[in-house]
Amino acid sequence: MEKKVTKDDLFWMFVRSNFLLGSFNFERMQAIGFCVSMIPILKRVYTGDDLKAALRRHLEFFNTQPFVAAAIMGIIGAMEEKKANGADISEATLSGVKVGLIGPLAGVGDPIFWGTLRPVLAALGAGVALTGSLIGPMIFFIGFNAIRLATHWYGVQYGYEKGTALVENIGGNQMHFLTEGASVLGLLVMGALVAKWTSVNMPLVISEYTNSAGEHVVTTLQSILDSLMPSIVPLLMTFACMFLLKKGVNALTVIVGLFAIGIIGYAVGLMA
Amino acid sequence: MTIILLFIVAAITGMASVLDEAQFHRPVVACTMTGAVLGDMTTGIILGGTLEMMALGWMNVGAAMAPDAALASVVSTILVIVGHQSIGAGIALAVPLAAAGQVLTIFVRTITVFFQHLADKYAEEGSCRGIEMCHFAGLILQALRVAIPAIAIYLVAGTDTVNNALNSIPEVITRGLQVAGGFIVVVGYAMVINLMNAQKLMVYFFLGFLLAVFTDINLIGFGAIGAICAYFHIKGMQTEIHIDEVAASGGGGAKIEGDDIDDSELM
Repeated sequence: MEKKVTKDDLFWMFVRSNFLLGSFNFERMQAIGFCVSMIPILKRVYTGDDLKAALRRHLEFFNTQPFVAAAIMGIIGAMEEKKANGADISEATLSGVKVGLIGPLAGVGDPIFWGTLRPVLAALGAGVALTGSLIGPMIFFIGFNAIRLATHWYGVQYGYEKGTALVENIGGNQMHFLTEGASVLGLLVMGALVAKWTSVNMPLVISEYTNSAGEHVVTTLQSILDSLMPSIVPLLMTFACMFLLKKGVNALTVIVGLFAIGIIGYAVGLMA
Repeated sequence: MTIILLFIVAAITGMASVLDEAQFHRPVVACTMTGAVLGDMTTGIILGGTLEMMALGWMNVGAAMAPDAALASVVSTILVIVGHQSIGAGIALAVPLAAAGQVLTIFVRTITVFFQHLADKYAEEGSCRGIEMCHFAGLILQALRVAIPAIAIYLVAGTDTVNNALNSIPEVITRGLQVAGGFIVVVGYAMVINLMNAQKLMVYFFLGFLLAVFTDINLIGFGAIGAICAYFHIKGMQTEIHIDEVAASGGGGAKIEGDDIDDSELM
């Protein structure tokens, strides 16, 4: 009799995929979480020694962006179903597909979700939150989770439907276009944020005089900078941080360094 | 009662911090929930918004681990609301707390290696339940590593010793930290930009910067402009690929079209 994965199995796989990172560890990272997400399908199609072997192979190293991981679970689920029905799919093939998808999907998922979607929604929500309005956290939480849950749900469904075919789709130009387009959007917004949502004030007095009309004119470092290019200081700081982070300096070290600049800048009267 | 609710909220943020799914651990959500439990949600929201700006770039990418937003958010909210600290002081405290939280989660992620091997044993026995237990034991440890310190600090936050210690920080430090709070977010921006790692796309970053400096366009406007830029950018890439194909086939002659739509118009 043919063994068939049910809609229920896919639903529970979707639910479990939300806990992928629960047991993240330094040795095999998301391995237990991946195995736990596969269990509804594995229990459906295997028994006895076959089930033991399947559990073992899905406790292998696994680590990718957690939302796109749902698509990998769907694909592997489809392959396991075929294997249980006698298809000639070796353990090596299954591992190969799994590991092969980790990189490219993380490469797409990281810039889209961590690099663009979350910072943009979080910055939007945080901006409203500064006024003390509950709408701020809601924008971020509801907006992000709606997209996240849809990615999990359709990832499992699409992955399972397409099975091995999806592997070929990802090789095409479409994913590349999506990644580049998302980066363009993300970078433009990031450029705007550097100018809009930072504040540097340098009230260091450069010159002070009373003009012919009897008005007292004070020229500060900030007013000179503003007449040349407002927000130039945050821009240069951003580049300095990019450079340091690329050099492998720990982000917390950079943050501590910026705090030191703030304290020293305030102490010597350069900043306020 | 407050202690029980606070324990639950802290546990949820601890779990969310490792899962990185529902984002309960992000400051804008975590501070709001903690504030609500402590009876001053508005302060929680404002503190959360401020911390969120700073933490924009704190993300788990590949094997890298973000500073811990969960412990930082929950504990700094407790100190601001229960300990009557200023929001500026709360932000200043969040950084060392994020580092402390990171150490704690590293600790838990190391302990979980033991569960990984326990799971192997359950796989040999074919026990799905055993593997599931290993998984959720790791998750519970992550919950406790935020909940326990949060409760401990809640119990002492109102007492004079903590207050005196916090109030004895000199003004130059607190004001200086506030000044730094104005631009600390650049670290987050830098991380995101580095992540996108596209030198040739930096022109769009400068476009966004210049438009923001010299115009009053709001963020929704920037989203729309960004989408249009992305459209034309992809269009340009498609054209390049098309030209390459024509050139490669050699049979295109002088006929070089922009895209498929132009084909039919030229024919």
